[in-house]
Amino acid sequence: MRLLVASAVAGLLALSPTTAWSEEKLFLYNWTDYTSPEAIKKFEAETGIKVTIDTYDSNETLLAKLKAGATGYDVIIPSHNFVPILIDEKLVQKYDAKAMPNFANVEDRWKNPDWDKSQEYTAPFHWGTTSVAYREDLYGKKLESLGEFFTPGDKAAGRVSVFKTPEEVVNLAHLYLGQKFCNPDPAQMQKVQDLLLAQKPAVNTYSSEGMNDRLINGDSVISTQWNGYALKGRTEGAKSAKVVTYAYPKEGVIGWMDNMMIPATAGNVENAKKFINFMMAPENMALQANFTGYAAGIKGMEKGLNEEMRTAPEINAPADVKIVFSWACDAPSQKLIDKVWTNILK
Amino acid sequence: MIASARTPALRRLLGLLPALVVIGLFMLVPVAIMALYSFLEANPFGGVVWRFSPEAYVQFLFERDLADNLVFQSGYLIIILRSLGLAVLATILCLIVGFPIAYFIARQPARLRNIWIYLITIPFWTNQLVRTFAWIIILGRNGTIELPFRWLGLLGADDTLGLMYSDFAIVIGLIYAFIPIMVLPIYASLEKLDFRLVEASADLYSSTFETFRRVIIPLAKPGIVAGSILVFIPCLGAFIQPDLLGGGKKLMLGSLVQFQFATARNWPFGAAVAMILLTFVVLCLLWYAQAARRAGAQSGALAHA
Repeated sequence: MRLLVASAVAGLLALSPTTAWSEEKLFLYNWTDYTSPEAIKKFEAETGIKVTIDTYDSNETLLAKLKAGATGYDVIIPSHNFVPILIDEKLVQKYDAKAMPNFANVEDRWKNPDWDKSQEYTAPFHWGTTSVAYREDLYGKKLESLGEFFTPGDKAAGRVSVFKTPEEVVNLAHLYLGQKFCNPDPAQMQKVQDLLLAQKPAVNTYSSEGMNDRLINGDSVISTQWNGYALKGRTEGAKSAKVVTYAYPKEGVIGWMDNMMIPATAGNVENAKKFINFMMAPENMALQANFTGYAAGIKGMEKGLNEEMRTAPEINAPADVKIVFSWACDAPSQKLIDKVWTNILK
Repeated sequence: MIASARTPALRRLLGLLPALVVIGLFMLVPVAIMALYSFLEANPFGGVVWRFSPEAYVQFLFERDLADNLVFQSGYLIIILRSLGLAVLATILCLIVGFPIAYFIARQPARLRNIWIYLITIPFWTNQLVRTFAWIIILGRNGTIELPFRWLGLLGADDTLGLMYSDFAIVIGLIYAFIPIMVLPIYASLEKLDFRLVEASADLYSSTFETFRRVIIPLAKPGIVAGSILVFIPCLGAFIQPDLLGGGKKLMLGSLVQFQFATARNWPFGAAVAMILLTFVVLCLLWYAQAARRAGAQSGALAHA
C-alpha cells in the first residue's frame, strides 16, 4: 500500500513541470550562528547549488541525530574530538580532501591531523584555543606560566575564576603538570586533585559564564577563558581603559578544531565536495572567519580578513606556542575526572 | 447502570477522576521513572543500562577503594547538611522579614491591601535568573552598595567589601527570591484574624509581647507553617543562587543533581540524589499536615469555647 502511494507520488512529481526539482542542492548541518551568509550567497552564485542550513548546539546533538538515523545532510562540521567517534560508528564517508585543488591552501600544521591521520575523512574548518585571560593592569606583569593561575600570588588571591566544565579544568591542570589528557592513572589524577584543592581558597567562582564581566569589573584578576571570548573581553575592556590580556603560558594552551565531513547517508556527495573545496579557498574562508571571529587553517586569508581579525593576538597564536588537543575521554578516565571534580566542590 | 452511577462512592470517583489523572500523569509517573532509574546501572555515555543495581544509593555514603572495599565517605552527606543548613537559615530569615510585612498589610484598610499584595507579587513577573543577576550588580565590586563607600573614600580603588561570592550573598538571593511566598500565606491567615481579640488581650492587661505570643502567633500559625514549608522546599533544591551569587564553590543538592545528569553522565546517581531530596520534602509535608491538623483542632476548640 505504502509502496503504491509512494510510486504514485513519484509519478506525479516526475510529471509536474517544476524547475525546483532539477535544481542542484546541498544540505549543510552546522553549529548555530556558525555559517557566514555571505559565503553561502557567494557559493550559490558561483555554483548554482541551493544551500539549506540546519543547526545544532553540541557535538552530542549531532552524534545523537546521526545515530538515530537522520539522513539527508551532505556536510557536517563536528569538533576534532568527535571525528574518531563518527568514523568508528561508520556515520561518515571517505572523500579524500587531499585531491581537491584548494587543499594546497591548508596550512601545513593542519594537514594529516591526529584525529584523521591520512586525511581521508576531514578538511579543516575553524580552530581555537582555551587558556587563561588576566587583567594585565591589575596583575602588574605578564602571565607566563599556568603556575601563576594554579598557585596565585597576592595580586590574584581570591580573584581567580575557573570554568565549571570539569574536562577543561582538569586538562589545564594536566597541561601544567606535564601529564597526558584523559588520564586513567589514579596517582596522576591525585596530583591534579591536590593542585586544584590547593588553588580553591584563591578561587572566587567556578563558572563558565560572565568571564569578561568579572575581569572588567575587577572581581577577577585571572580567569580561564576561550580565545574568541578573550577578544571580545579585550575590546570591551579597552572602552574603560581596562587591560584584558589572553595568555599564552609556556606550558601551552588547549586546542580544538572543527572539521568538514560528509555523512555516510549524504544524498549530494558531489555538491558536498564542491562546497568543501569552495570553503578551502582563502577569500571564502575569510568571509566565514570575519563572521564567526575564529581562526581557520587556510593560507592567504589575510587580504580578506577585517582589521580586527588580522591583528588580534587572541586569534593569531604565536607560531611557537604549544597547542595540545583535547580528546573525548573513555569511561574509566571520565569517572576519575568526575570524582576529582566532586571532591573539589563538595 | 444509571442506578449505580447514582451511588455516592462512584460519583465521587468520577468527580475526582480528572484530578487523579493529572496527578498520576504529571507527578506519579515521573517520580516512578526517577525511582526506577535510581536502581539501574549508569551508561558511561549518558542514560542507563537496564540492569538492577543499588550502587547509586551505596555511592551516596560509601566509596570503593582500590581493593573494592566499601569505605565510608562523608562528602555527599556534607552537601546535604550544607543545603539543609542554608535552607533553614533562609527560611527563618524569610519569616523574620516576612511576618511584619504580612502584618502591616493585614492592618491596612481593605482597599489598600490589594494594592500591597499586588506590589509584593510584582517580582514574580520577571524571570528568577534575571532577578538573581540583579543582585550581582548590587553586591558586586563597584556595585550599588560599594559605590557610596568608594565616593566617601572608605574603600580604596582596588578594595572590595567582599559581599559577592559568599554564603551571605547566597542567603540574600534566597530570601529575595522566596519572600513573597512567605508573605502571602501569613497574610492570608492574618487577614482572617479578628483584631478585636488583640484589643481584648490589651484590655486584659496583657503586654504587647504577650499579646503577640499568645494571641497573634497561634492564630497566624497555619500561615506561618505553610509559608515556611513553601520557602524551605525550593531553598533545599535551589541551584541558581549558589551558582551565581555563591560562585559555585560548594555543591548544593540541586547543583549535585544537575552535575550528575549533565556533566558526570551518571543518571542513576543523579536520580538517587533527587529521590533522597524528595524524601526530605515528603517528610516536611507530613510534618506540616500533622501540624495543620493540630492547629485546626486547636482553633476548633477555641471556636467552641
